[in-house]
Amino acid sequence: MRSEPLRLVGRELLLDPVGAVLWPERAMLVVADLHLGKAEALARRGHFAPPYELAATLARLEALVARHRPRLVVSLGDGFHDGRAARGLEGEAFDRLAALVRRQHWLWITGNHDPAVPLALGGAVLDRLVLDGLTFVHQPSGAAGEVAGHLHPVARIATRAGRVQRRRCFASDGVRLLLPAAGSLAGGLNVLDPAIAGLFPNGFEAFLLGTERLFRIPAGRLLPDLDPHRHRLPAERSPPPSDA
Amino acid sequence: MSALRERPRPSEPAVPAGAPEPFASWFTRRGWRPRRHQLAMLELAREGRDALLVAPTGGGKTLAGFLPSLVELAERGGGGGIHTLYVSPLKALSADVARNLEAPIRETGLPVTIAVRTGDTSPTARARQRRRPPDILLTTPESLALLLSYPDAAERFAGLRAVVLDELHALAESKRGVLLALGLARLRSLAPGARFLGLSATVAEPGALRRWLSPEPERVALVEGEPGPKPEVEVLIPDERLPWAGHYASHAAAAILDLVRRHRSSIVFVNTRAQAEVLFGLLWRLNERNLPIALHHGSLEVEQRRKVEATMASGRLRAVVATSSLDLGIDWGDVDLVVQVGAPKGAACLLQRVGRANHRLEEPSKAVLVPANRFEVLECLAAREAVEEGALDGGAIAPGGLDVLAQHLVGVACSGPFDADRLFAEVRSAAPYATLSRADFDAVLDFVATGGYALGRYERFRRLARGADGLWRLADPRLARQYRMNVGTIVEAPVMKVRLGPRGRRLGEVEEYFVSTLAPGDTFLFAGRLLEFVGILEDEVIVRKSRGGEPKVPAYAGGKLPLTNALAVRVKAMLADRRRWPTLPAPVREWLDAQARRSSTGEPEELLVETFPRGGRQFLVAYPMAGRNAHQTLGMLLTRRMERLGLAPLGFVASDYCLAVWGRKPVERPETLFTVDLLADDLEEWMAESSLLKRTFRNCAVVAGLVERRHPGRQKTGRQLTMSADLIYDVLRKYEPDHVLLRAARAEAAQGMTDIRRLSDLLNAVRGRIRHVRLSRISPFAVAIVAGIGKEFVGGEALDQELEAAVAELLAEAME
Repeated sequence: MRSEPLRLVGRELLLDPVGAVLWPERAMLVVADLHLGKAEALARRGHFAPPYELAATLARLEALVARHRPRLVVSLGDGFHDGRAARGLEGEAFDRLAALVRRQHWLWITGNHDPAVPLALGGAVLDRLVLDGLTFVHQPSGAAGEVAGHLHPVARIATRAGRVQRRRCFASDGVRLLLPAAGSLAGGLNVLDPAIAGLFPNGFEAFLLGTERLFRIPAGRLLPDLDPHRHRLPAERSPPPSDA
Repeated sequence: MSALRERPRPSEPAVPAGAPEPFASWFTRRGWRPRRHQLAMLELAREGRDALLVAPTGGGKTLAGFLPSLVELAERGGGGGIHTLYVSPLKALSADVARNLEAPIRETGLPVTIAVRTGDTSPTARARQRRRPPDILLTTPESLALLLSYPDAAERFAGLRAVVLDELHALAESKRGVLLALGLARLRSLAPGARFLGLSATVAEPGALRRWLSPEPERVALVEGEPGPKPEVEVLIPDERLPWAGHYASHAAAAILDLVRRHRSSIVFVNTRAQAEVLFGLLWRLNERNLPIALHHGSLEVEQRRKVEATMASGRLRAVVATSSLDLGIDWGDVDLVVQVGAPKGAACLLQRVGRANHRLEEPSKAVLVPANRFEVLECLAAREAVEEGALDGGAIAPGGLDVLAQHLVGVACSGPFDADRLFAEVRSAAPYATLSRADFDAVLDFVATGGYALGRYERFRRLARGADGLWRLADPRLARQYRMNVGTIVEAPVMKVRLGPRGRRLGEVEEYFVSTLAPGDTFLFAGRLLEFVGILEDEVIVRKSRGGEPKVPAYAGGKLPLTNALAVRVKAMLADRRRWPTLPAPVREWLDAQARRSSTGEPEELLVETFPRGGRQFLVAYPMAGRNAHQTLGMLLTRRMERLGLAPLGFVASDYCLAVWGRKPVERPETLFTVDLLADDLEEWMAESSLLKRTFRNCAVVAGLVERRHPGRQKTGRQLTMSADLIYDVLRKYEPDHVLLRAARAEAAQGMTDIRRLSDLLNAVRGRIRHVRLSRISPFAVAIVAGIGKEFVGGEALDQELEAAVAELLAEAME
């Protein structure tokens, strides 16, 4: 797995293909929007998403921590999908997360989804962290030096084979950085949406997550999102094209 | 309903018993006589029997289906609730039939009411239909599913006397038909007094359709319409050059236009929308006399299509270039010629299209087949032969998917509490689910109730719950709303609207991935014009008229049916039987002679495999003739195996007839590659990785209701945090690989795009019968496929002109 170096207002960061930011100088690992407990929150509302989201997200976090051995992990907000998910965390999942939190310093930045982090888990709680000209915060404002989450950026590209790929991604212009969501069932917002593109007045690059590395692509080469499922009678018996 | 326009033939034998009044005098007033199958349907209705009417188009089939209902309604009077339910695959067809029924009803003065209920029906009209149910309701499979999901369904359909299913052959082979079959099983329970009538074009196996109509097929009477004169099918072989490769048949445009000139009204059928655009463009350029010709395919704006249909029906068009969008049912006026451009792929499909001409029974339908390359000549000849012998193919009944069953179970629950044992029996009475196991039924029920995950993870969030009375009912009323917004089995490919100028009119829609290949300034053919891509505004493609330049062609994935097995067998026999070669057109004969001299034409029961070096690469070309989908899968599997064996494959390309693989090293022993175990280890692995299974999973997840369709007109939140089917796929594959939806997706993928059954039949059949021919250079057969390599548009084919240069070069090698 190969990380991609990124210089952000003079600081040297590494972008990990799993969707985390490493700041080597500070031995600091940043993840955003874990949305732990989302599957169950959906199930409460009658949408039965696979109940393995918690296990999958925790496994990814554990692997990240094992690989980078940071001194501090920052969860950039929306660590839990909602208050009930945070309060309801129990059993094996609770133990695994608690062990992870205690392994090194852990900082919960609060997000819009989880104003209250369960105290029993450990870790410090802040609404933002300002360090060496960088501001770690949940919701981006567009200010210089901001490292934020909240928006769940994804990017779509057309490959040469005519396939369209939609992947989670980082977005940055070297002045501010937006992290992809790290929760396994977290949905995404296209980076071309004004809510994201508007944060970068001079354009940006997207770093699409791949299995082994990141794909760095200028915004101009990305595709917007479309309404993929609509109802119509088929005029031709044709299988739908790929949108992997 | 064209029987209504027809004069009786003097030679027609006396009918057994006439139609009762007032219909007898109505027939007489019009100068008609009821057809025998129309009277047979009347007789069967009196006996209360189900019936399958198989007749060629134009046989007065629709009237035959409705006549018994009209007679009954004349006797008992209307207004007693829905008496007859009619289901067709097309909204337009339902509307057309409603119009055609109005004439006999008006002219006989019957007090019978008719209503159409489709996705286009306004809420006011729906409310009216609820308050005062029509005697005859015409609808589509999706609207029927909706009607059945309301709590008053039992009451509404209790008095139903007849269910008429039009174009049954088309319905039964589609996923929509699977949903319909479940709906019909429901209707059988709700309306024990109803007769089920299927109207079908001529099919290979009426037995399968009889079973589809009823769990007791022996009680379904088979009524065969008068066959009518045999169609006259010609194959057009150009005087000049016959192309070696390509699918556009641009060489024949002038000849096609000439045919159009010599006939009153023609339909020119093509296989894909891209072909339709290209051919229409060519015809238009040659059309110096300004004959009124038009274009019709499924991507055009609906209003545009309706306009073309109306103009055609009124006889003001000399020709329409169309895809399968014009295949079905509707009467297109006085068409006296059908042209099929490109290979017909199957005899049944060809017959259906040919039947569009001379919709009246007395005159033979006339059709001209225009092959686009040499392989297609063989295919066209084979199809003509099959049509002459009346040997039909295709028509396999779509198997019941677990995703469709999940949707149906929700629908049933919406209409009221149900008993699982009885519902299981009812579902099994639907033909696609005849072999469904109780374990699978229970798994689907559990999926609907709690998501179907191991260890009952969502037990406490149940959507369906079993009461003390043992009945299952909705625990969460939101489910009904969700169901009604997402009913149906059609999951669309992402498309974008095309608009002429930012505020101009809409022309239709193109597949989104085609748009993604365009850069501003690129030109493409669409809606019969050359357009220039300006940009994307919101969700729409903005274009302007272009003054010139080389067009790219809208490329549509698929859209082409694979060559049927029956036709492939004929083509193979034709290749093997040298005594027949002298009867073949000269250019084809020369081609076969050269192939026999240079390589081999193969025997019907063996698999011809050629290997040769070319341009620094090692080629392997195999000729299984098992259809494009099976070859595509075979190519994937072969290249995987070659990689493992260190043969360094670089790529492959598949057509309906053959498969070409190229790599760095020569394949010395192809018999070690083409073995049945290809399908064992590699297939599972490849399927799991391929985007194909992901795509199929997404469709199944939508149909089963795990992922909601997003609806047009619903406000954009700007931040769509809906669950993505792809995320769910990844998580499920890892944590619960046997989840019911993954099983549904695997089953569907195996049967559709990958054609695995056909592939395994093939590999079994050719075991030990691989004819390997080592060549020093390319063979004449291989030219067609090798010429296309690297010339493809995204998902489409090279234009003929582009192929020509490549072919010329290859021919020099192949034919000397």
